[in-house]
Amino acid sequence: MTKSKSFFSFLYNNEVRAFLFQVMALLAIVYFFYSAIDNMFVNIESRGIQTGFGFLEAESGFDIAEYLIDYSPTSSNLTVFYVGLINTIVVSIVGIIFASLIGLIIGIARLSNNWLIAKLAGGYIELFRNIPILLQILFWYNIALISFPHPRKSIEFFDTVFVNLRGIYLPKPIAEDGFIWVLVALLLGFVLKILMKRFFKKKHDDVGIETHTFGYSLLLIIGLPVMVYWALGSPLYFDYPALKGFNFRGGMSLSPEFLALAFALSVYTATYIAEAIRSGIESVSKGQKEAAQAIGLTRIQSLKLVILPQALRVAIPPIINQYLNLTKNSSLAAAIGYAELVSTFAGTVLNQVGQAVEIMLMTMAVYLTISLFISLVLNIVNHRMKIKER
Amino acid sequence: MAVFEQQATKKPPIYQIGIIHWIKENLFSTPINSVLTLFALYFLYLIIPPLADWIFFDATFSAVPNDQCNKEGACWSYIRENINLFAYGFYPSEEYWRPLTVLGLVIACVLFTRLMGTYEYKFKIVIAMVVILPVVAFFLLYGGLGLEVVETHKWGGLMLTIVISVVGMIASFPLGIMLALGRKSEMKIIRFFCIIYIEFFRGVPLITILFMASVVLPLFFAEGVNFDKLMRALIGITLFQTAYFAEVIRGGLQAIPKGQYEAADAIGLSYFQKTILIVLPQALKISIPNIVGFQISFFKDTTLVLIIGLFDMLAIVGLSSSDQNWLGNETEGYVFVMIVFWVILYSWSRYSKTLEKRFNTEQEHQKA
Repeated sequence: MTKSKSFFSFLYNNEVRAFLFQVMALLAIVYFFYSAIDNMFVNIESRGIQTGFGFLEAESGFDIAEYLIDYSPTSSNLTVFYVGLINTIVVSIVGIIFASLIGLIIGIARLSNNWLIAKLAGGYIELFRNIPILLQILFWYNIALISFPHPRKSIEFFDTVFVNLRGIYLPKPIAEDGFIWVLVALLLGFVLKILMKRFFKKKHDDVGIETHTFGYSLLLIIGLPVMVYWALGSPLYFDYPALKGFNFRGGMSLSPEFLALAFALSVYTATYIAEAIRSGIESVSKGQKEAAQAIGLTRIQSLKLVILPQALRVAIPPIINQYLNLTKNSSLAAAIGYAELVSTFAGTVLNQVGQAVEIMLMTMAVYLTISLFISLVLNIVNHRMKIKER
Repeated sequence: MAVFEQQATKKPPIYQIGIIHWIKENLFSTPINSVLTLFALYFLYLIIPPLADWIFFDATFSAVPNDQCNKEGACWSYIRENINLFAYGFYPSEEYWRPLTVLGLVIACVLFTRLMGTYEYKFKIVIAMVVILPVVAFFLLYGGLGLEVVETHKWGGLMLTIVISVVGMIASFPLGIMLALGRKSEMKIIRFFCIIYIEFFRGVPLITILFMASVVLPLFFAEGVNFDKLMRALIGITLFQTAYFAEVIRGGLQAIPKGQYEAADAIGLSYFQKTILIVLPQALKISIPNIVGFQISFFKDTTLVLIIGLFDMLAIVGLSSSDQNWLGNETEGYVFVMIVFWVILYSWSRYSKTLEKRFNTEQEHQKA
């Protein structure tokens, strides 16, 4: 018995259907982009906006409060882009360092057997993670503005650190010729330390004699650079800030915007890092600790060899994700005017030039690159930390 | 010969029971712990008294003008005088009943859903409510059909915060499901576009998307087509949240055992039947705790609309404290908004914890 086939029966074939559906979707997407871009060109023309990346060469014409590379109002818009990018990276790195430190302390304190400490840590987490980050940034900025004094009435610490409305002024270290050798010595110290560690580990594996290397390590990492530093006759001096006229000259300064942003980002992200660390430590089963004790490991050994490697496997991926979130949240500086990428380049330059499409594309590309880079790191870390099964 | 004599029962030593024992065990068990406890107490002593003075004891609660406030403490009369601004923005005061009615309707619907219990048509009724309620709410808030029209640039305060977060949630949910299914689909082109979309929106900060929506989006439409600022912000937020929802739901999809898909194929269900009857109910149920978690973080993100010039509750602080009569009250404003956000977010996250627990026990029942 043959089944009668109508002409359209091929439409019931799953593969044909999938193919047709995809072609239709593709056409719809292409049409959508085509009409959007077409409209865009019409609109851009009718509004008299220029196109292309020529604006990057033009003079920016405005001043930026904080920059780490040479910048003046006569610099190009491309320089503004770099200034913003570097400031984004600086505030992110500072935020990541402090968020990790605070998060580590709070995460461990949360598991403390001291009731008061555990409750305080819990309170910290509940308090700061339930307030929007933008609100925290604005709040701390406001606190900094109302509590820091006028430059003439600066708060001084030992005549070297000054705090006032314009920010915190610190002595600036300036390296003379030869300082590079101190850094080389530091690097050498690290390399030697690793080699030494390896040597003694091999010895331990071979003959079972353990050597405590902590003292030697300290000597190599701190002693060696200090010796080189003295031998070269201290090739480093400090430029101290001093009040000249209405403002401070010399030294280096951290603006209230930077301080508020870095502080809020660290405090907020630390709550998530603390939770990640806590859940990491809690994920190690009690049996592991008891087994470590049973085979006679000391507390430090059991922590180092048994508990931490397992806890980190759980804790590190979410922590890296939080680093990415912190970097993305640094863009909220636009609300208080810290000169990072979004507030300078996607803010001031966009307002002056008006080429929204190009500028937004460049800004988004930066963040996409950062986030792709971090997910790459995350993948590598995940791969290396995978449980090795034999 | 010794005779046994019953001795009176001794009470346990004082340091083994009650509050003293508890303090010893939990606060002073080791020297290090004792030091830590004292340190923490000193820290609390440094923080709490000045804070309490500022908030309560030196604060001005009565409705007085700014210059009569005690400057040692908080000037809460600023909040008192501006409370309507914080709640509704510039919404005309004679129309306040409209947002309140919407709020009442939402609460009534939630209660009604609870009351229905395991009623047969509960699911359909809930779907109907989710579709009808936003339409009614929009009509009430915006106006038309005899009600006076209130343009969206007059919306503000907590009302705007809630509108943005609820619209974002409702709109991005079905889109997120579609994207998640697309990313799991076997059709390569569909999968490709879904991956590009998700990774793009997850890779950039929300603020750049809001900028994009407010300055670039208008360029994409033909001349004459124009959305107002709120609409553009809503589009940006929805696009952003969709990508995150898609990933959460994908997590749920991946957690379903392969046998479920195969069984659905085996009994001859079509793709749509399989998805709607077998896959989604299970996937969504697994994702519920994570979905609530993301809703919480999206609620925090709504504050970002202030950067593109909408007057949500946070933006009202800057606005009202630059008013000539209330200069210099930013701190009070920020603290007030913090308290409002904290109360909402804390109770929400508590709720999500109980959801998580409920879900976990159910799973254990199934295992047993």
